[in-house]
Amino acid sequence: MSRKFFSGPFILILPSILAIGFVIIIPLIFSFYTSFTSYKLTRPDSLFNFVGLRNYERLIDNTKFWYAFGRTILFLAVVLNLELLFGLGIALLINKITWGQRTLRTIMMFPMMFSPILVGFQWKYIFNDNIGLLNNFLYLFGYESAIPWLIDKYLAMGSIMVAEIWANTSIFAILLLAGLLGIPRDPIEAARVDGCNSWQVFKNITLPFLMPFIFIALTIRSLDVGRAYDIVHIMTGGGPAMRTELIWTMIARIGYKDANMGFANAMSYVSIILSIAFTYYFFTKLVAARRDLGQQ
Amino acid sequence: MKQIKKIAFWLLVLFLLILICLPGIWIFVSAFRPNPEILSKPANWIPDRWTIHQFTQMFSINGYVSVPAFKYLMNSVIISSVSTVIAITIGMMGGYAFARFNFRGKNSIFLSLMLARAVPGISLSLPLFILFAKLGIINTSFGVILVYVAMNVPFTIWLTDGFFRQIPKEMSEVARTDGCTRLQAFWNVELPLAGPGIGAAAIFAFLLSWNEYALASIITRTVHSKTLPIGMMDYLDEFTINWAGMCAIAVVMIIPALILTFIVQKHLVSGLTFGGVKG
Repeated sequence: MSRKFFSGPFILILPSILAIGFVIIIPLIFSFYTSFTSYKLTRPDSLFNFVGLRNYERLIDNTKFWYAFGRTILFLAVVLNLELLFGLGIALLINKITWGQRTLRTIMMFPMMFSPILVGFQWKYIFNDNIGLLNNFLYLFGYESAIPWLIDKYLAMGSIMVAEIWANTSIFAILLLAGLLGIPRDPIEAARVDGCNSWQVFKNITLPFLMPFIFIALTIRSLDVGRAYDIVHIMTGGGPAMRTELIWTMIARIGYKDANMGFANAMSYVSIILSIAFTYYFFTKLVAARRDLGQQ
Repeated sequence: MKQIKKIAFWLLVLFLLILICLPGIWIFVSAFRPNPEILSKPANWIPDRWTIHQFTQMFSINGYVSVPAFKYLMNSVIISSVSTVIAITIGMMGGYAFARFNFRGKNSIFLSLMLARAVPGISLSLPLFILFAKLGIINTSFGVILVYVAMNVPFTIWLTDGFFRQIPKEMSEVARTDGCTRLQAFWNVELPLAGPGIGAAAIFAFLLSWNEYALASIITRTVHSKTLPIGMMDYLDEFTINWAGMCAIAVVMIIPALILTFIVQKHLVSGLTFGGVKG
């Protein structure tokens, strides 16, 4: 039994598990422990000051945290849905093009190369109220009062969402296009002969076939939702007056600026569960969609 | 009517192209403009004067003037390359195991690896910061490399698993009946066939390390180990931003990434979808 355990595939997977164990699992166990202490960076001895569930109780009582949490959920809901929708639209559009499709596909991958911090900077530059491309453009059309995109309490969140959507729509577009290109022609033609209109063809043939691809894109995307931290961090830093504070920027602020590690780690756990739940949900959906497609 | 539809269609495509490309182009143009021109009001759309001032400042090796971009670039290159090589080596082993063997708990191990990857960088940075400080590997390239290896392994497994699956099992079986060991069959038959796919996985891993910010911003403290995305923030003061400088360092960051992606884009998509669909 134990010999079998240490043979073949397990030996091959072992280095991966060791790397992840050392860099991800052990630190997470450690931070789980600190979330039950009053650990502050400035006072190392507080690492052993066990406070039970107090950090979590404080979290539940903390309205700022719940605002950030709700904002994060809202942010993800808006951004993921729009990305999927735009990605699908772009994929359908490019799928129709016969001339220059390859070039377009390559150009479409452009935003995927951009580091999130770079995306943030780029849109910070575009949305700048004084010298930004957008306000300069509006100026051309006689709109002379500068709109404070990143300073206004309502516009700031929208501006960040634009950046996030710009950066991540392409992964949906690319993967859905790959799905579209793989759809067999026969059922579509048969359906057309039988008198289906475009919408019916889309709903009954194209979309079911695309489902696994949609879930692949969502799974891959859900791995990286936390990277929105980079974009928010550089664009507004959570401001104005914490109106764009997401759970991740709040962790950074509490953990590093206020040096309150125990409390920040408790918050981290909420964000980790959030990310893992997203990934787990889409991954199981992917497995199910794959199985359905296999049966057909 | 058909004509109008066609024109509308191409206008939509054009609009999309502009939306995708303009931000990057604007950064590129701004990197070569003098700062006063960027700040001018009303806007000066077409640069009067091109300058490489920002680049010469960044890269003046003897005693830098603005930001030690050359050092950051070197750190980025070293950290990204080394972590990619290691991550691909051990990730490929894992991917091969998932593609070729059936074993107990296979799906749950695969899922756990992916879930480990989902942990947000900033949440992981808190305990890593403390642990690395205790171990004395904070602010070292070694520490950053270690982190990036672990971050890249799950995704490499996902990709290489897909590529190995695309190769018929029979090919290695034939090689083995001809007297190859499993390792020889892997080395001589399967690895060359999966080569382009593994290249794509490598570039994906490289880009992730190249672009990472949240973790590196915490575990790198000085010019000794800071990477380009962190170095970029040097241009950002509390109240003022050197826009041209920031654009210039952005260009330095994006050009290698663009070139690499153009090389592998085809394999990238097939790897992502194959691993996912035919699992």
